[in-house]
Amino acid sequence: MRFMLLFSRQGKLRLQKWYVPLSDPQKKKISREVIQMVLARKPKMCSFLEWRDLKIVYKRYASLYFCCAVEDQENELITLEIIHRYVELLDKYFGSVCELDIIFNFEKAYYILDEFILGGEAQETSKKIVLKAIEQADMLQEVGPIYFMKAFSARWAI
Amino acid sequence: MALKIVKGSIDRMFDKNLQDLVRGIRNHKEDEAKYISTCIDEIKQELKQDNIAVKANAVCKLTYLQMLGYDISWAAFNIVEVMSSSKFTYKRIGYLAASQCFHEGTDVIMLTTNQIRKDLSSPNQYDTGVALTGLSCFVTPDLARDLANDIMTLMSHTKPYIRKKAVLIMYKVFLKYPESLRPAFPRLKEKLEDPDPGVQSAAVNVICELARRNPKNYLSLAPLFFKLMTSSTNNWVLIKIIKLFGALTPLEPRLGKKLIEPLTNLIHSRLVITLHRASVEKNVCLIGLVLPIVCVCVCVSNAVLISLSSGMPNHSASIQLCVQKLRILIEDSDQNLKYLGLLAMSKILKTHPKSVQSHKDLILQCLDDKDESIRLRALDLLYGMVSKKNLMEIVKKLMLHVDKAEGTTYRDELLTKIIDICSQSNYQYITNFEWYISILVELTRLEGTRHGHLIASQMLDVAIRVKAIRGFAVAQMAMLLDSGHLLTGNMQRNGICEVLYAAAWICGEFSEHLDDPMQTLEAMLRPKVASLPGHIQAVYVQNAAKLFATVLQKHEGATDSQAAQDTSQLLIERLPLFVQSANLEVQERASCILQLVKYIQKLQQKDVEVAEEVSALFAGELNPVAPKAQKKVPVPEGLDLDAWINEPPSESESEDEKPKAVFAKEEPKQSRARHIEVDEKELARRREARKQEQANNPFYIKSSPSSQKVYQDAPGVEHIPVVQIDLSVPLKVPGMPMSEQYLKLEEERRQKERADKKKKDKKKKKREKRGKGKRDDSGPESEEDITPAHQVDIVTEEMPENALPSDDDDKDPNDPHKALDIDLDKYVPSAENTLHKVTVCMLHAEKQGDLSITRHFLV
Repeated sequence: MRFMLLFSRQGKLRLQKWYVPLSDPQKKKISREVIQMVLARKPKMCSFLEWRDLKIVYKRYASLYFCCAVEDQENELITLEIIHRYVELLDKYFGSVCELDIIFNFEKAYYILDEFILGGEAQETSKKIVLKAIEQADMLQEVGPIYFMKAFSARWAI
Repeated sequence: MALKIVKGSIDRMFDKNLQDLVRGIRNHKEDEAKYISTCIDEIKQELKQDNIAVKANAVCKLTYLQMLGYDISWAAFNIVEVMSSSKFTYKRIGYLAASQCFHEGTDVIMLTTNQIRKDLSSPNQYDTGVALTGLSCFVTPDLARDLANDIMTLMSHTKPYIRKKAVLIMYKVFLKYPESLRPAFPRLKEKLEDPDPGVQSAAVNVICELARRNPKNYLSLAPLFFKLMTSSTNNWVLIKIIKLFGALTPLEPRLGKKLIEPLTNLIHSRLVITLHRASVEKNVCLIGLVLPIVCVCVCVSNAVLISLSSGMPNHSASIQLCVQKLRILIEDSDQNLKYLGLLAMSKILKTHPKSVQSHKDLILQCLDDKDESIRLRALDLLYGMVSKKNLMEIVKKLMLHVDKAEGTTYRDELLTKIIDICSQSNYQYITNFEWYISILVELTRLEGTRHGHLIASQMLDVAIRVKAIRGFAVAQMAMLLDSGHLLTGNMQRNGICEVLYAAAWICGEFSEHLDDPMQTLEAMLRPKVASLPGHIQAVYVQNAAKLFATVLQKHEGATDSQAAQDTSQLLIERLPLFVQSANLEVQERASCILQLVKYIQKLQQKDVEVAEEVSALFAGELNPVAPKAQKKVPVPEGLDLDAWINEPPSESESEDEKPKAVFAKEEPKQSRARHIEVDEKELARRREARKQEQANNPFYIKSSPSSQKVYQDAPGVEHIPVVQIDLSVPLKVPGMPMSEQYLKLEEERRQKERADKKKKDKKKKKREKRGKGKRDDSGPESEEDITPAHQVDIVTEEMPENALPSDDDDKDPNDPHKALDIDLDKYVPSAENTLHKVTVCMLHAEKQGDLSITRHFLV
């Protein structure tokens, strides 16, 4: 996979993950083009587009478009499945995810994506394992502040 | 001190955190840019603080802003600071920001090397995980080189979580630092048999990606993958493995035969189950479905191909099976399935065109689909499915579509496709070139197309290379030049007015076929022509001169010398308009020709015969030149391209001095050689070479000897047989769809041929009645029996002597996968060898002076 974009129906980018190193202006240009192309599609059309030398696979969930760009050799239905799996993960994590969740907790969305896909390939195909890893990482984050408080209180003998 | 901390923390209470930022942006929809710039200022303040928590918060907000499109590369150093925090939360934020905005040009990346190394060896697996994830997005060749060994050791970590990530990231490392492939490969191979399924699938992924590009190095792994394929139930892994086999089967024929069994089983079992599931649950992802169809079809077709060439006949059944299943897919109402069905069909088409051709009706139906992607796929398929028989019919249908196409992009696509279909393989499928020219002329009636130049180049190509058709083509072009609508059409570059370029040139070059050159000359010099783009005007002017020569030839010698003088007068009147043109080329040509004509007029007034000399100006045939001809020009003997021509310049000399052009002397010789007409011997030699190549090529569909003879023995224009069709086809009525006529003509002609052939066969059969018992069925008319309507002598493209058309020069030298093309069989996975390889790597690194790696090993 080369990159993944999430954007709303108005064309606002909610998440962008790039698996190839590109400079910022290039990224912007590509995002703009791809977003325009996908938004121009009518609802009944098939989910696969051809663009430059890549294939664009997209799917619309409620008000968000999930869009991936894969290489020519890549299997399109697998990519659709990856998108679906990611949505399921988000759903499980946030509990009935909606666009606002992704807007306000965008870094969590990124973390989940990072647990699922690494370097453009699917890391882990089992939902349970991915979710478990994320939960544990979250716990680690929470444990941190408590330690800090303990250390702080220990120092000041509160 | 305590007061400072308290004061600081009160300040910090008013910092916006991420949520506030987002909310703020949403609330400030009108003056978003202003609000964001205030936020950025606040962030810059926060970044100056010492407190790492504050910095992390700031970086988090920056990441969000980056997503909205704002540049945050100025904060790169701060991101590195946050990355180096010991707390997991902040570290995570730092790595996320880095993966979003670091790229190869970021200077501070080298500062991260040690940090990443520390994280990779951290006891906390999530630290390592976060580092690996982040690294995969911004790995550079330097980072790859420095960290390759660390990552390799991580591949054998106790936790599968880490192993998985390490394996996947190795692929990225390989791409950036190919030398790491050799030492890492044995370990990678071990991971294929890792007990944890996640790690295993990660290893399969990586090896599949590598093997796709350089398949021959991974052939030795084939048995291992075969075992995995038959034993694994994980769909994802299976798909990857099948894709891998698809890449390997062309190289190993026995593999293909072995694969047929399990793959056909897979098709049977999986497809039934998942089609049922798909119909029941509308929204389900059809992963089980894709498993057999797309990959397997390709794989099977590869396999069958190999086995066919090695002589085993019975695998057409599997191809039939695939094609049947694909038909089911295409007929399904789900757009995605349709698309994939068409995609897979086009892959099978390349190797087994006959089995796909029976589904032509279905494909033509798909052309009517509302979905553009599906229509494009169907068009692609058609491209491969044309044959001499159905070309006209298919193009007719496509022209209907062109008429009712909605948007101009689709129409343009159709136009390109029509031309592609017709011109493929050197016009192999066209039996009647008059029909093709009439199609091109009809296409010129399209408005607003951006492919005018394509039509123009086709016309030129056909007119030059098919000598027999020149008369007809010239007549059509003269008509075009006369017609007003093209001149009033759009004048942009590549618009339909490009066709006039071709028309003018053809009329000029082959003006001997024109009925009324005066008329055409007059049409070329109308004042309205001055509104055309410059390059077209230039062609007009030049060809007006050629026409002038023809007119002179025609009229001089006849009693009508006044007409010749009139022509000169016409030119002198009309050319000054062009001399004043803004375009330099037009100006130059016009003024040259104007002078010439004035001179000629003077001579004419003295009654001197000038026609011969004027036509001598334009003597000689211009033949088409092959595209790679220039590259293949052999360097003349005794010429050393690397030798200095002059003394090497000293430092003080100016840099503007250009070295004497090496080819200055050589060029005239070469260009003259190209203009000499290709003589018979050369043609015969080339024909032999071509036939040899075709004979050796197992995939070349040979035509029957009768039609081949037709191509060979036609020496040229003089031997055109009289076409026995009596219909009076009105050629000069503009606006009338002429291509229909040709379709009907073609049908009748073929029927006649068939009738003739049957009569001949019957006679033969009467003679052989005693010999054969069974009645020989004449069978379906095979493609090779259709003789073309005109005898066509297609002029082959010119190449320098002894040059062969070859495709070697197209590969991209910077392809990272080329660097990964190394032979891995030497590296037998055994413990001693691995250690040996690692030490070798270390010594190598030491030699290169790379101390960081050696230090790591000494620790």
